[in-house]
Amino acid sequence: MFEAIHDAKFVWLYGGVLVLLLISTLIGKILKSRHRSDASRTTIDNLNARIRAWWKMSAIFAAAVVSGRIGSLILFGIISFLAMREYMTLVPTRRGDHRTLFWSFFVIMPLQYYLVGIQWYVLFAIMIPVLACIFIPPSIALAGDTEHFLERASKIQFGIMVCVYSLSHAPALLLLKIPGFEGHDARLLLYLVIVDQMSDVLQYVWGKLIGKNKIAWRVSPNKTWEGFVGGVISATVLGTALWWATPFTPIQSAGMSLMICILGFNGGLVMSAIKRDIGIKDFGVVIEGHGGILDRIDSLCFAAPIFFHLVRYYFVP
Amino acid sequence: MSYEIHPVASLLAAVARGISGVQVQWAGCEPDERQRIYFANHSSHLDFVVLWSALPSEIRARTRPIAAKDYWEATPLRRFLANNVFHAVFLDRGSTGKAKNGSEHHFAGRHLIEEMAEAIGTGNSLILFPEGTRGTGEKIGPFRSGLYHLAMHRPDVELVPAYLENLNRILPKGEFFPVPMLSLLTFGKPLRVEEGEDKDAFLERAREAVSSLRRIGNA
Repeated sequence: MFEAIHDAKFVWLYGGVLVLLLISTLIGKILKSRHRSDASRTTIDNLNARIRAWWKMSAIFAAAVVSGRIGSLILFGIISFLAMREYMTLVPTRRGDHRTLFWSFFVIMPLQYYLVGIQWYVLFAIMIPVLACIFIPPSIALAGDTEHFLERASKIQFGIMVCVYSLSHAPALLLLKIPGFEGHDARLLLYLVIVDQMSDVLQYVWGKLIGKNKIAWRVSPNKTWEGFVGGVISATVLGTALWWATPFTPIQSAGMSLMICILGFNGGLVMSAIKRDIGIKDFGVVIEGHGGILDRIDSLCFAAPIFFHLVRYYFVP
Repeated sequence: MSYEIHPVASLLAAVARGISGVQVQWAGCEPDERQRIYFANHSSHLDFVVLWSALPSEIRARTRPIAAKDYWEATPLRRFLANNVFHAVFLDRGSTGKAKNGSEHHFAGRHLIEEMAEAIGTGNSLILFPEGTRGTGEKIGPFRSGLYHLAMHRPDVELVPAYLENLNRILPKGEFFPVPMLSLLTFGKPLRVEEGEDKDAFLERAREAVSSLRRIGNA
């Protein structure tokens, strides 16, 4: 309990987040006082709403991580729950999926986080991709409705893979035993979240400032090459500069950050494609200015598992 | 007349709100303490509690469900919930509710409606599901005539349509365990029986008023 508070580097890292938030709050206030036209005001109000939400999210995150491994597990468990709730609400399911959905929410999801908690690595790694993905189709078939059968099974499998399995790799970082890094695992989780979320933010900022050429305008009108390149480079530079908080050398940290940024971008792209397909803009309205929980964590869902496995492969003997 | 809200009622309301993550929108009117009949589509056991819990507590304390007597008096638990917890106004569907072959239920019996209209006195509001039974959530079934007779008998009471979205996916008919998806409750614009409007025309218009509040084309 509360080891993270006594970890000076963790405090520095989190202090950096607070300084950044303070600066953005000031910039938001200045922008608000300068711009008068309606169009720019809407953008700036949305920006300020996002910054306010960032304060809250940072506070919740810090409280959970500082309270220890259990706190992080509970936090990510709740995020998984809320994300899957948004996903299943908007993805069309049928009456025959009801019991499978019940199992997904109340058995598979808690079990996955429980396995992280008791550090049963092998079962944690195969529980959803092997066991749950084999369980889901027959469980839907048992309900006797064959209409769109394959689509329905795949939608549930995909949802639980992204919202639960992938995301659970973030708190699973806390169970890696990296030689020389014992007791500092909270920093690694914070590092992943900072680089991933800053990559989102910086892509947004660069896109707003100089964005012109759309990457896939059908999927997301807001994603531009300028935003992507600018965001990925600047977030990678930031991640590299944070090497001192991780078990990585500066070069390794640059590689890891670049990987997190690019995967995070892919996560956002895939989720946008799903949203366009269903015909909605955001997955929910839970976080002020950000859309839903799933809109906020889509990048993390794609970056976390690969970051986890890279760290495990190269740094855990 | 205002009732003490039973602690079990508050608990059930909190649970229902948690499970259904309901977002409430007052699209056609504002919450008001005046006497009203809220009528909505019916597809889940959660419908009443969710609708009731969405009202501000002063209004909730004087808003009562209409409950089918044969069903809600059948077991001690149901009796307790209907009588003590939610202060239901009982509706005698006549016989055992088996008059299924499309014939107008005894349900519409005029004197029963009069009894109900009087039961709500000058202070209570009602929650009513005019389809009479839970549907699959895909289509709203035809409305029973009780709403019309109530409206004729108590023209002073406002009729507020409401649409409960997605509850059929959260707890469909025939399931015991809920799936915690998100839901939406929209209150529409109050309506009244127009001069010279006959029963069927009014009921169809009332059904249309509920159905027009639907947001998402349900798959």
